[in-house]
Amino acid sequence: MSELLLEERKDLLTKKSIEARKLVVQTVHHAGAGHIGGPMSAIDVLTNLYFNEMNISTEDPNGEDRDRFVLSKGHSAIGLYPVLALRGYFPIEELKTFDAINSRLQAHPDMTILPGLDMSTGSLGQGISAAVGMALGAKLQNKNFRTYCMIGDGESQEGQVWEAADVASKYNLDNLVVILDNNKIQQFGWDAGNQTREIPAFNPKARWEAFGWYVIEIDGHHHEAITNAFSEARNVTGKPTMIIANTVKGKGVSFMENTHNWHSRVPTDEELRQAIQELETEV
Amino acid sequence: MKTILSTKKETMRDALSKTILRLSEEDENVYVLDGDLATSTKVDIVANENPEKFLQMGIAEQNMMSVASGLATTGLQPWAFTFAAFLSKRAIDQIQVQIAQPNLNVKMVGGYSGLLTGLTGKTHQSLEDIAIFRTLANMVVLAPADSTEVEKVMEFAHQYDGPVYIRLARDAYPVIFSDDYQFELGKAVTLKEGSDVTIISTGTQTSRSLEAAEKLESEGISVAVVHMPSIKPLDKEAIVKAAESTGAIVTAEEHSIIGGLGSAVAETLVEEKPVPMVRVGVRDRNAESGPNEAMLQKYEISSDYVAAAVKKVLKKK
Ligand SMILES: Cc1ncc(C[n+]2csc(CCOP(=O)(O)OP(=O)(O)O)c2C)c(N)n1
Repeated sequence: MSELLLEERKDLLTKKSIEARKLVVQTVHHAGAGHIGGPMSAIDVLTNLYFNEMNISTEDPNGEDRDRFVLSKGHSAIGLYPVLALRGYFPIEELKTFDAINSRLQAHPDMTILPGLDMSTGSLGQGISAAVGMALGAKLQNKNFRTYCMIGDGESQEGQVWEAADVASKYNLDNLVVILDNNKIQQFGWDAGNQTREIPAFNPKARWEAFGWYVIEIDGHHHEAITNAFSEARNVTGKPTMIIANTVKGKGVSFMENTHNWHSRVPTDEELRQAIQELETEV
Repeated sequence: MKTILSTKKETMRDALSKTILRLSEEDENVYVLDGDLATSTKVDIVANENPEKFLQMGIAEQNMMSVASGLATTGLQPWAFTFAAFLSKRAIDQIQVQIAQPNLNVKMVGGYSGLLTGLTGKTHQSLEDIAIFRTLANMVVLAPADSTEVEKVMEFAHQYDGPVYIRLARDAYPVIFSDDYQFELGKAVTLKEGSDVTIISTGTQTSRSLEAAEKLESEGISVAVVHMPSIKPLDKEAIVKAAESTGAIVTAEEHSIIGGLGSAVAETLVEEKPVPMVRVGVRDRNAESGPNEAMLQKYEISSDYVAAAVKKVLKKK
């Protein structure tokens, strides 16, 4: 791509990310429920996947050769839904049904009712294994699609994540890219005196390398960095790729950033107004 | 199709072994996932004879079941093999969230179910798997009685598009069915007619129930034996018919009396046709390791206990 096109692409991705963040806050406010911090930290990577990286078609959401995405940190569904809506999988209006009875937009993703969802998740630690299954399925059938998956840093405390890491290595799944949304805050966390409340000695880079993965570490809010990481992952052979996306929980709204208090809080009318204002002036 | 209990015994494992090898050869979509128990479950035959269809998942059952889910979404038919205890208790959240709810085409085979798990005891016995699996929406739960039926239910599961749990046993059991036996999902199989009591049994308890019925016959008690290979969906019609025709029911299973076949039958009877009933199963106890015959006696599920249950229910009629 030429410099100009690259700039245009970056602008588009940045714009989409802001729109998506606004929709997250509005939807959670409207529903009176939902997670906020984790979805906000994930938005840039999710936007980049759906508007830049993945080979998908909204006309054929179940196409056999489409790239797959598994939101292993399923509680961030309300981060994914706005991106899917903006991408054209369903009307943006439908976000208003989030968490309502009969809605296709379940609190945690339900692949049986919403087109564009490749896996049902919500119980942490499982999605990454399903993504391993998809990537393995592609290899066994000589298919070229790639599989992407996002996990959380808190989620990484689940032993199953490391079971999956082993098997992905064993089967040389270089068609698998997992993104760690490394916002360093979980629901409540480990140490009340510690501002970041993260697990002691997490060291994701060392851990994933030790499991035989190719590891790239980036600023997860920087579209150029995200795009470059995805391109780099395409050139990796013989091993799966882990992209450690260093992010900010609650990214984009000052009072939501870097605090576990906004893991799943609902903004008041005034907080909503302020959040939208901050997001709009960010451009 | 009726046959009497033969003296010929075969293990379910050997039948499974032959069948899964054949399915893996015949269907390019069939893959075997092993949780490092292939030499026990006998799916090592696939590793040895059709190795590209064998996927070792290591000693990591939760990951194995979620990987199976992902494989199924790409159009493959994964068959996961481990012990019933590990499937039903260690990986049930994965099975519920990623296989049952999305209704994916994953086959789960629990070897070594029940009480007789080859001197392994409490960690390897599985007295809860029927109860656990049958509460999952979309799940089919099958418990064949002999080696012939193992092959038939596996052939059925292969044709069926959706999650299936198959409960198997370790040791050799009398061959009940001949090769022309046809398994039908959701259908009971009447193995013996009788007029005083009906024993409804599943899995390994079917041959013990036949044994009990034959003993009782010589004492002048006429006992019908209805085998339930399909615990879910359940043949409610057959249960109601048995209640109507014999007026008393005994259930028999190598499982806890809580939540298993006995519970499923009781649920049907209470709603449709209440008649006196006695359940044979492990009565809310933790078990231990021990030789088969001693275990069956101590935990009150031997054919003697089935026969005693028949006499008990007759008194309630
Ligand atoms: C197996 C399981 N245990 C607990 C939860 C409840 N839960 C939902 S989100 C969360 C914290 C997750 O933290 P992290 O993975 O860091 O996500 P993020 O901070 O990005 O929201 C917890 C404990 C769950 N959904 N699944």
